[in-house]
Amino acid sequence: MNPRSRKFLGRVGITGVAMVVTAIMAFPVYWMVTTALKPKTDVFTRDLTLFPTTLTLSHFKRVVADESFLRFAGNSLLVTLVVVAITMVVGFLAATAMARFNYVGRRFSMILILAVQMVPLEALLISMYVMLDGMGLLDRLMGVMVAYLALALPFTVWTLRGFITNIPAELEEAALIDGCSRLQSFRLILFPLIAPGLVAASVFAFILAWNEFILANVVLLSKQNATLPLWLASFQSSFKEIDWSGLMAASTLFALPVIVFFVLVQGRLHEGAAAGGVKG
Amino acid sequence: MSTQVMSPATTGNAAPPQAPGNSHTPPESRGKGSKSLPYLLLLPTGVLLAVVLGYPIVRLVVLSLNKAKLRDLVKGTESWNNFANYTAILTDPTFWAVLGRTIIFAAACVVATMVLGMLLALLLAKLGRVARLILSISLLMAWSTPQVTATQVWQWLFDTRYGLVNWALVRVGLTGFDNHSWLAAPASLLAVAGIAVVWGALPFVALTLYAGRTQIDESLYEAAGMDGATPWQVFRSITVPMLAPIITMLAALSTIWDFRVFTQVYLLQQAGGVTSETNLISIHAYRTSFSGNDFGGGAAISVVMVLVLAGFSVFYVRRMLQEVQS
Repeated sequence: MNPRSRKFLGRVGITGVAMVVTAIMAFPVYWMVTTALKPKTDVFTRDLTLFPTTLTLSHFKRVVADESFLRFAGNSLLVTLVVVAITMVVGFLAATAMARFNYVGRRFSMILILAVQMVPLEALLISMYVMLDGMGLLDRLMGVMVAYLALALPFTVWTLRGFITNIPAELEEAALIDGCSRLQSFRLILFPLIAPGLVAASVFAFILAWNEFILANVVLLSKQNATLPLWLASFQSSFKEIDWSGLMAASTLFALPVIVFFVLVQGRLHEGAAAGGVKG
Repeated sequence: MSTQVMSPATTGNAAPPQAPGNSHTPPESRGKGSKSLPYLLLLPTGVLLAVVLGYPIVRLVVLSLNKAKLRDLVKGTESWNNFANYTAILTDPTFWAVLGRTIIFAAACVVATMVLGMLLALLLAKLGRVARLILSISLLMAWSTPQVTATQVWQWLFDTRYGLVNWALVRVGLTGFDNHSWLAAPASLLAVAGIAVVWGALPFVALTLYAGRTQIDESLYEAAGMDGATPWQVFRSITVPMLAPIITMLAALSTIWDFRVFTQVYLLQQAGGVTSETNLISIHAYRTSFSGNDFGGGAAISVVMVLVLAGFSVFYVRRMLQEVQS
């Protein structure tokens, strides 16, 4: 065999391996969505098919028609939007200070931001519960919001700091010389350039607030204040058979927006990184 | 946070384009009022972190040194108990069993994540554009699946009666797996949880290693090829040494995340799995406090957990600072 066709065969082989790996990694998501779309008789059966042909939206309709689903989705959405909005504003201010100013204690503040990122929520669960109890924030959405804000901030500040550092300060200086006020130069020059960074950083705060289960599990005690992850977890009960069709439909509604959003933003982020490198 | 929640973290760090020649020391402060302005900008973040993260850390340590039942917390009657919480856990065989189990679980997850992540990174580097894009998308999907969802889907795949895994095993002739209950035995429950953990953590490790691999000068590989080096030799003497800083950072991060695992195991326990022999340290602390009504004891366990993680964290923080300054 000549080297050329050997190379070609190698290409085909490696691509085949890649497709198998792709199928394995994507399979759980595929199985979640297809389980949600199958009629119950095709779900609770000992005779499974990998590629279902009869599909139904009835489980989705059932979930959306459930009053509690709408309430919990509303709670989750409210918590997430508030956390993202406040984190971005507060984080942007701190990131600007770290990227654009030489102040006493700058290095210390950067170390602190990194170190705080490493604090495990799992270990703080108990004292956070006690603290929120003391503040009268137990069983209130406000309680988890405050906690998620603090948990999302360090990473947000660190990421935005990186983005701002990479925008040449000369741009703002030129604007100042041309007679812009400092506020104008932030608003007209820095802000438009930092927008992609804000989107990238907001993904983290969004995912954190939307997905968080552990703290919500101890803080949001009453049913009306639950968020979606708590509701999904409540399907798990050792006393009755799990409604897998309903659970997978609810999981799809809960997870798919996050997955799509993440794939889009993260993909663009990788592209952006590559483009920046070439332009250098 | 979820470990997993934490994982999107570092992409951002890897992703922002670093324009060459861009110095990381900020320009000298300009204009009037600059002296106090940076502190004003930092103030909201500082206050929030001090109140919502700083205070609970202090509170945790104080709690761990006190006798604190739920009633004590409500009435403010916590009382200093002379390190009794610590002596109690350190002499408790359950605690040591939990700690050992957590270490084994975390080590197995870290090794699996790192080895598979490296293989995936090498695969990504070998692929054409289209195949790489497709594989990357499936990785991003696994990465962004919420932990609660991931756990429930894996639990469904491993379901006793209608699960795909048992169905497939029976189909290939392993009829012993007909109606096999994966959550009934501690080892297999932890294995299912571990699969969910590794599946979620793998994409981040693989994509970060791949990003590092693309930074290696191709001429090194060409030279090795001309010298007739085997693929294994190339891997050992070029890829691994060049990626060493990234590998160590990822291993440190994975260790931190996998030592903290809570959600995956907790949800499988809730679903009727065995509880007593599957508790990891985070769940043990939670149950000691909330089910056992011993907030002091739970806090002491949490402090031990923080101390174990602190070493890895210092390592990570130092690396990140070096990266910013180089």
